[in-house]
Amino acid sequence: MPSVRFRLNGVETDVDADPDSSLLAVLRGRLGLTGPHFGCGANECGACNVIVGDHAVASCDTPLWSVADKDVTTLEGLGSAEKPHPLQRAFIAEQALQCGYCVSGILISAAALLMQNPNPSSAEIKLALDRNLCRCGSHNRMVRAVLRAAAEMAAP
Amino acid sequence: MTGRAPAPKLPVSLAANPVLSSWIRFSPEGQVMVSPGKVEIGQGIVTALAQIAADELDVDIGRVQMVRASTAGSPNEGVTSGSLSVQQSGRAIRHACAEIRQIFLAAASDQLGVGIDALDIKDGTISGPGNIRTSYWELADKISLDRNATPGASPKPSTKRALAGNSVQRLDIPDKVFARPRFIHDSALSGMLHGRVLRSELSAAKLTGLKEDAARAIPGLVAIVRDGNFAGVVSETEDGAEAALQALRKGASWTAGEPLPDENDLATWLKAQPSESTVIDKRTAPGRSEKTRTLRRQYIRPYIAHASIAPSCAMAQWSGDRVHVWTHSQGVYFLQADLALVLKLPIQNITVEHMEGAGCYGHNAADDVALDAVLLAKAAGGRPVRVLWSRADELSHAPFGAAMAIEIEADLDAQSEIVDWRHSIWGNGHTARPGRAAQPALLAATELQNPFPRYIATNPPQANGGGADRNSVPLYDFPSWQIDCHRRLTMPIRTSALRTLGAQGNVFAIESFIDELAAERGEDPVAFRLRHLSDERAKDVIRSVAKRAKWKPDRPTGRGFGIGFARYKNTGAYCAVVAEVEGAEDISVRRLTIAVDVGEAINPDGVINQIEGGAIQATSWVLKERVRFDRERITSNSWTEYPILRFSEVPEVDVELINRPDSDPLGAGEAAHGPVTAAIANAVYDALELRIRSLPITRDSLIAAMELSS
Repeated sequence: MPSVRFRLNGVETDVDADPDSSLLAVLRGRLGLTGPHFGCGANECGACNVIVGDHAVASCDTPLWSVADKDVTTLEGLGSAEKPHPLQRAFIAEQALQCGYCVSGILISAAALLMQNPNPSSAEIKLALDRNLCRCGSHNRMVRAVLRAAAEMAAP
Repeated sequence: MTGRAPAPKLPVSLAANPVLSSWIRFSPEGQVMVSPGKVEIGQGIVTALAQIAADELDVDIGRVQMVRASTAGSPNEGVTSGSLSVQQSGRAIRHACAEIRQIFLAAASDQLGVGIDALDIKDGTISGPGNIRTSYWELADKISLDRNATPGASPKPSTKRALAGNSVQRLDIPDKVFARPRFIHDSALSGMLHGRVLRSELSAAKLTGLKEDAARAIPGLVAIVRDGNFAGVVSETEDGAEAALQALRKGASWTAGEPLPDENDLATWLKAQPSESTVIDKRTAPGRSEKTRTLRRQYIRPYIAHASIAPSCAMAQWSGDRVHVWTHSQGVYFLQADLALVLKLPIQNITVEHMEGAGCYGHNAADDVALDAVLLAKAAGGRPVRVLWSRADELSHAPFGAAMAIEIEADLDAQSEIVDWRHSIWGNGHTARPGRAAQPALLAATELQNPFPRYIATNPPQANGGGADRNSVPLYDFPSWQIDCHRRLTMPIRTSALRTLGAQGNVFAIESFIDELAAERGEDPVAFRLRHLSDERAKDVIRSVAKRAKWKPDRPTGRGFGIGFARYKNTGAYCAVVAEVEGAEDISVRRLTIAVDVGEAINPDGVINQIEGGAIQATSWVLKERVRFDRERITSNSWTEYPILRFSEVPEVDVELINRPDSDPLGAGEAAHGPVTAAIANAVYDALELRIRSLPITRDSLIAAMELSS
């Protein structure tokens, strides 16, 4: 089995797997991560989003070979309870979820947005999250949380 | 007998599960284990219940450990549904904690030698004059809570509660933003295998042939399971299970499916026989006014999918003739009962334990996949098996919210005042939950070699809020009325409980028609509603929302404003909504202004979160959602075919909470759907002068309404 090497949450990672495997299957299966969630398997819901380079992509239809030598960030790599990302702090502060199944992908999409646009408007946030589905109706809180995180990151 | 207060009664859940230790236990390490029978389905109930327990026991909420429901020991509180968790579990926990607090105070009084009145509890430490002290944890060994609750205990007055009534951060949220496994989908048991089930797209098709060779060649395959029309695979890996399923699908042949109704003429099918008719309510006026004319309107609600963001998932593990099941079902005991029927095993051989799934919004495939896992795990040699449905199966094989045809007739007098009101509902029942009948309601049970018949959905009794008839009895003071419900007895499209059951459809119909009747008289719709209501709490939410939305705002071109109101189930939360819409060909909802009264709001921010979420979900139902089908299969089996509201389409939602700390707490999860639906429809009329009486409100339905009115 050929090996594919990439940086997963900052750590050099080698995976011996079929290069055509989906990145989601590798992350959740072989690598045992639970941040990216399976929602549809067809790049239609965003629950499995991860950051590749500085873009959010659906890991369910991203083949493993395509991330060779790239940086892959999952929710696990965004921050931790001890060292939270401003977005994670903001989502707690705004209580910006209900069931929370979609929130991993939404945090990832928002983090990718803030990498490219540190000071987004509400409209820009909605656009960046438009491919992420939330069924509980927590959208407005999530947008507020992203605004809060952006403000915190911009604060001197 | 006169002059005597009725004997105090235990809250209903506590009466059914009176042993105090089944609800509350103390650990020597200084924690309180609270064990509700209700489960977290993303609504924040676990936090609200922890608040109640912490308040009543006087302990820090950080000491409260919420125990997941399990048939191995949790109180049996039936199903987590109907916005009843705070009412039922909350009251039981409050009452049990009040009694336990008294029991411990009495024991502390004995031990410390001072009167109970001289003792105080702070964060679980019981102290008295001269720095004497003990605690729940020190006394826990000496006090048995294996005793029945008594009706006498009285919980604290609302003014003495430190937590209830205050917004508390939800206990489950940190795990969810820090990627700590909490969902069943993320839980791995030691030695766990992965299962997938093969189902035909064709409705109720029979499996006539299954070539297994290709699937058997997939690495990691453990077993192919076949029992009649039920078939599935078990594999060492999730990838392997997916690949084996694909291979098996190619080797499967099916008969034609059973015919489905014509989706373009749903009303005819819904109104056809066989059906069972019930008079829901009848009011007769003593001196009947003269009617001069009758208006009749028909409203349609389509089938709506629960469309959980996660496909349903379960785990099962056999040990001899005993099986342990992990599930995100809303009712562990009900699922246990149905599994016993299918497996023909005594109930005690089956343990069902709850784990969190994604929001379900009612009875989705959670219970179905649990039976799938149990059947596949039979072939796993004692290893646990986790089964996950596909997105397509979730959107086509899970039960749907029932479609409804609703007809209302109003007799009007010469002043266009309503003198008689007749409301009729047609469609399938709204509940086919497991555990209620002598036959199981689980999908795979109908697929086995010795199959059970399909369980035909029924309607819960009116005492429980009814089903198709939920919210069909007007809260308005009309002089006379009759409400009829006709439940279809065949069910080619599977239906079961979806958030609000029939309330969304009935409130849409009533509130749309009320709007039209107010317009008939040239009367403001807010004034018209207030004039026909006598319940002050109902009037309060309407007056509050009107004030907050500055009713009625000036209407710029292309915009419209509409109002909707209901008291959920006529016994639950009050909610009034003003919607602002914009558009011509496509409608967008810009803003929803909402006033809500849930009695005592235990966690106000949690209530607002539920109302906001309900309002946005209802907007999605109204603007987008309709299960699509041809004559033999459900065709809306992907997010492309079954679109839901996206971030760019979501309205602003502004909620005013009218807190009533001395009234019983009422659930918030379903209060907004009906009023939001009606408010949007009425706002569309305000903007476009088109009455849309068939949901969803899409470009197609607007064009159809235009053609009808031209």
